[in-house]
Amino acid sequence: MTMTSNAGSDLAAVEMVSVTVDGVIIEVPKGTLAIRAAELLGVEIPRFCDHPLLDPVAACRACLIEVEGIPKPQPACAQVVSDGMQIRTQMSSPVAREAQEGVLEFLLLNHPLDCPVCDKGGECPLQNQAMSVGRPESRFDGEKRVFDKPINVSAEILLDRERCVSCARCTRFADQIAGDPMLELLERGAKQQVGTAADQPFDSYFSGNTVQICPVGALTSAAYRFRARPFDLVSVPTTCEHCASGCSLRTDYRRGTVTRRLAWDDPEVNEEWNCDKGRFAFPYLQEGRITSPMIREDGELRPASWPEALDAAARGLAAAGSSTGVLVGGRSTVEDAYAYARFARVALGSDNIDFRVRESSSEEAAFLMSVVAGTSVTTTYESLEQAPIVMTVALEPEDESPIVFLRLRKAARSGRTRIVNVGAVATKGLAKVRGELLAALPGGEARVLQELPADLKSALHQPGAVILVGERIAAVVGGPSAVAALAAETGASLAWVPRRAGERGALDAGALAGLLPGGRQLLDPTARTEVAAAWGIDPDGLPADIGLAGEQLLMAAREGRLAALITGGVELADYPDHELAEAAIVGAGFVVALENHHSAITERADVVFPVAVVTEKSGTFLDWEGRPRPFVQVFRDSLAQSDAMVLGMIATTMERRLGVHDVAGIRRELGVLGPWGGQRSLSPADAAQSAPVTSTPVDGALLRLVAWRALIDSGVMQEGEPFLAATARPVVAAMSARTAASLGHPAAVLVAGPKGSVELPVQVGEVIDGAVIMPLNSPGCSIYRDLGARIGDAVTVRAAESREGGRS
Amino acid sequence: MTLTPVITEHWDSPDLYTLEGYRKFGGYGALVSALKQDPDSIIQVVKDSGLRGRGGAGFPTGMKWGFVPQNDGKPHYLVVNADESEPGACKDIPIMMANPHALVEGVIIASYAIRASHAFIYIRGEVPNAVRKVANAVEQARAAGFVGNNILGTDFSLDIVVHAGAGAYICGEETALLDSLEGYRGQPRLKPPFPAVAGLYASPTVINNVETIANIPYIIERGAAWLRQFGTEKSPGFKVFAVSGHVNRPGIFEAPLGITMRELLDYAGGMRDGRKLKFWIPGGSSVPMLVEEHLDLPLTYEDMAGAGTMLGTGTPMVFDETVSVVKAVTRWLEFYKHESCGKCTPCREGTYWITGMLERFEHGHGHEADVEKIAHVCTQIAGRSFCALGDAAATPYPAALKYFRDEFLAATHTSADEQFDPIASYLFAGATR
Repeated sequence: MTMTSNAGSDLAAVEMVSVTVDGVIIEVPKGTLAIRAAELLGVEIPRFCDHPLLDPVAACRACLIEVEGIPKPQPACAQVVSDGMQIRTQMSSPVAREAQEGVLEFLLLNHPLDCPVCDKGGECPLQNQAMSVGRPESRFDGEKRVFDKPINVSAEILLDRERCVSCARCTRFADQIAGDPMLELLERGAKQQVGTAADQPFDSYFSGNTVQICPVGALTSAAYRFRARPFDLVSVPTTCEHCASGCSLRTDYRRGTVTRRLAWDDPEVNEEWNCDKGRFAFPYLQEGRITSPMIREDGELRPASWPEALDAAARGLAAAGSSTGVLVGGRSTVEDAYAYARFARVALGSDNIDFRVRESSSEEAAFLMSVVAGTSVTTTYESLEQAPIVMTVALEPEDESPIVFLRLRKAARSGRTRIVNVGAVATKGLAKVRGELLAALPGGEARVLQELPADLKSALHQPGAVILVGERIAAVVGGPSAVAALAAETGASLAWVPRRAGERGALDAGALAGLLPGGRQLLDPTARTEVAAAWGIDPDGLPADIGLAGEQLLMAAREGRLAALITGGVELADYPDHELAEAAIVGAGFVVALENHHSAITERADVVFPVAVVTEKSGTFLDWEGRPRPFVQVFRDSLAQSDAMVLGMIATTMERRLGVHDVAGIRRELGVLGPWGGQRSLSPADAAQSAPVTSTPVDGALLRLVAWRALIDSGVMQEGEPFLAATARPVVAAMSARTAASLGHPAAVLVAGPKGSVELPVQVGEVIDGAVIMPLNSPGCSIYRDLGARIGDAVTVRAAESREGGRS
Repeated sequence: MTLTPVITEHWDSPDLYTLEGYRKFGGYGALVSALKQDPDSIIQVVKDSGLRGRGGAGFPTGMKWGFVPQNDGKPHYLVVNADESEPGACKDIPIMMANPHALVEGVIIASYAIRASHAFIYIRGEVPNAVRKVANAVEQARAAGFVGNNILGTDFSLDIVVHAGAGAYICGEETALLDSLEGYRGQPRLKPPFPAVAGLYASPTVINNVETIANIPYIIERGAAWLRQFGTEKSPGFKVFAVSGHVNRPGIFEAPLGITMRELLDYAGGMRDGRKLKFWIPGGSSVPMLVEEHLDLPLTYEDMAGAGTMLGTGTPMVFDETVSVVKAVTRWLEFYKHESCGKCTPCREGTYWITGMLERFEHGHGHEADVEKIAHVCTQIAGRSFCALGDAAATPYPAALKYFRDEFLAATHTSADEQFDPIASYLFAGATR
């Protein structure tokens, strides 16, 4: 279990007390609980309600111990030790042993004996502790209490009330950690049970953690229930590929199939938690995979052998040479992104490369190059917890980096940290971190940052102040520059929190035009020399000019100015202008796609290579902190090839030496190169663009569109998990009461953009006037596809006609 | 020993529950004098009087008030525990019905002493009459300027909230009461912190029983020495005893602490129809039962403790020879099982288990081995539970076993109703099968 972190505090300043546990004297920090002091000596006191990351509740009474001077046995989980205290656990005290035995006997009274079919059987604290400290036989000969079971507390989480031991871990997790107190204990006595309000399911983004911390099989997930026995599973520690939070996970598989994923223990990152997407969204790893290389012949893709496909790809790319664009998806590992970066520069001689399959700008690129790429890990989860103030800009942590959200909530609960969000809406997520809203219309963030209230500015001057900026800042003209300037002026530490797991790694690997690995800039002579040396080429072999990126790259392809494209893990619909992206694929004469699933790209690509998913390769993600999160191959006998291996083979076929033969080699090379220590000449302000063109209203009101991707939405990596999908947040259009009033208080609105419209129910909330908040890519509301609008655009909003009578 | 009606002195006056009726006998005179004194001197008077809490635990009231940190910049609260739910206890509700202004005046004086500007009276929800009586009394006191801003021209201001519970025995446990008052589900809180440091809304809070607070005006008016005339060194003062059960004249008798049960039985007209006493309980089902041999013990905190029981709420229940002890204990355990809040394992599961075993005894098919098993399970509940509810639940059986083992053994083959005709124990007239 997690030891609560003391990092950041001066160890010498910690006051120690001396306690005696079972006759052994031990020094522990003041405030230590007896149960932890005993753990330090290797004495495991039984426990159910105790959890090191939850507030003590002392409800289950399994941990009763004797404390000298106190007549009654005391719960070790709530007993703070004091200097000179004498503690006797079950190891030395008959009273403690009998009390613990009694509690275990009580707990088993009403517990069904269905261990042979229970998901928890084999990894069950109740089983284990009944064996270690329980009585050999129960003296209970009455009737057990029965409940209907299971019941859904959400679509994903099932509750078996008979198995529940009322430890309240789940309810306390929901309340304290997630801030979603929809789970509560109901009724009294032996009828006490966990439950939800009738109309309020436990649709927490973090609900799966309750299954994991449940000390019995009372909470199970619809995805895993009755699927496997824990002792039949092989467990591998892995890293979550879903976002840049960088969670440590445990992946369990049986017979080549992933059966479940659990949050794994990493006190510095995710503690013991993860989000439901990371836990449940894994069917994509196996379902609908591309299994063989394919070549387009007479307009149709057909399976091909590896040599044939490699040959076709090599010929096409060699012909295009430096007139090739490279689109790297945001889910690449550092190693794969590095391979793309090097392949572009060495095998193709091209600097046309970008990893940003999303809203992007050249100002953002300059921002990333000047203050993010290749920087060391300085702003961490721990920094958030210690910070006097954290300001978030263009970031909704609960949706876009859920573990950042959990840590902000922890910080806020400690009372140390003030949290301020610069944005258009005070979300529930902001309320859960007790945050304040500094209201800004989309596009207006830069101005707000430049004209911060004096108290806020001085708060940011405090040591330890943090500014977190999300990737959506790319949609704000002047935004990246304003954030960088504010951090520079106040001395607050600045961290960029992208959404996807691979973005920070791709940035540091140099998968962006103008950028070489480690934050080196392409045109810097020293940087060129260093990189060329590492790559074993002449510095002049590197592209001489900064290539195309972002929409310039796509436009060039569309207009036929690029002869070829190579893409890796790119979903065209993720580009704000996906028509442009599709046209780019069509316009580029030759397209090579490295994909694990069919997509809009493979529909048009000339050569398709199947590549490994995260369970089939080892690799590294850099989380938002820049912290390497390496992971190993789960399925070690998988024949799937990583992107880097495929690129290496293409290069070899092109008779170019790429030198990316294995993950260890790439890591070594990146280690030798290291981060850039020289000057960073670019300033994001240099690259600030003019304001984007906005659409013209037809009728109704023009509102500024604010949108981000909900954690659980239509993302392709969530496919195949209907229970998870059913816990998504309602898809609504949120606006202020005044805005709603100006539209005539509609129950639903029709939001129209240049390409179409969507109809959504209205939710009135604390939203800046003149803005409408919608999910970016959720069922029934895909901003780019349905509206053809972008974040910050003005869209037309008017009351929807009544839906009564089944009309739509 | 003679009765000493103080709180109950004017209960025969039909309008005592009104402000005018209360003032006829000098009501609110203590408040006037209290507000002229320093709050600390009020606390000192209560300390000097030796008044002990009348809710059951008998904690010295003045000491409790003294625990409230002063000048801490936090609001202080007085909470009156009027959630009288103990089986057999019936003294707070009569006080609130008959003499609500003594409670209200006591609340104002106590709030002044502990520097509270908000007081709450948490009344058991099943007694709407009492809720109405107290709420009306508070409104009358407010209209008379005894509650509200700048009371009697001083800079002391107080608001009193009368809150009705929703029917849970656990909410009589003081920290569960606080949770309930705050709007949460009533379950006991982890201590420390204790309410005197972090109670209601995490602020220093004093929680007192109705009778305790109703004593206060009389102590302020008549002095600490006056109270100490009554009772014993360790149990000063008088007590509202509520005698119920198989007596000819059940009722409320206010007498000095130290009066014996035999004397109270006399006041209550003796045993019903001259029947023989079987057992009695000094103060609610949560304290161990006593028998004939204990009738001459003084009813004080210390003498009851010496006899292995507790004074508790001081509301003796009297049971005559027609009663099946098996049945009585089973009823009590069913009550505790029903009222166990569910938070901690020993109380939640233990009451479930014991009740199941006892019900078998009641129906004449108890297991002989269970006679000792129940006693052992009680030892696993008592002292292991989260709060005193579990301790209380583990109380009736061991004492019953001590005096009436044979009855439990007989219940392995003969039901309680066959051993003791239930009709004979019924208190209402003309009961037939």
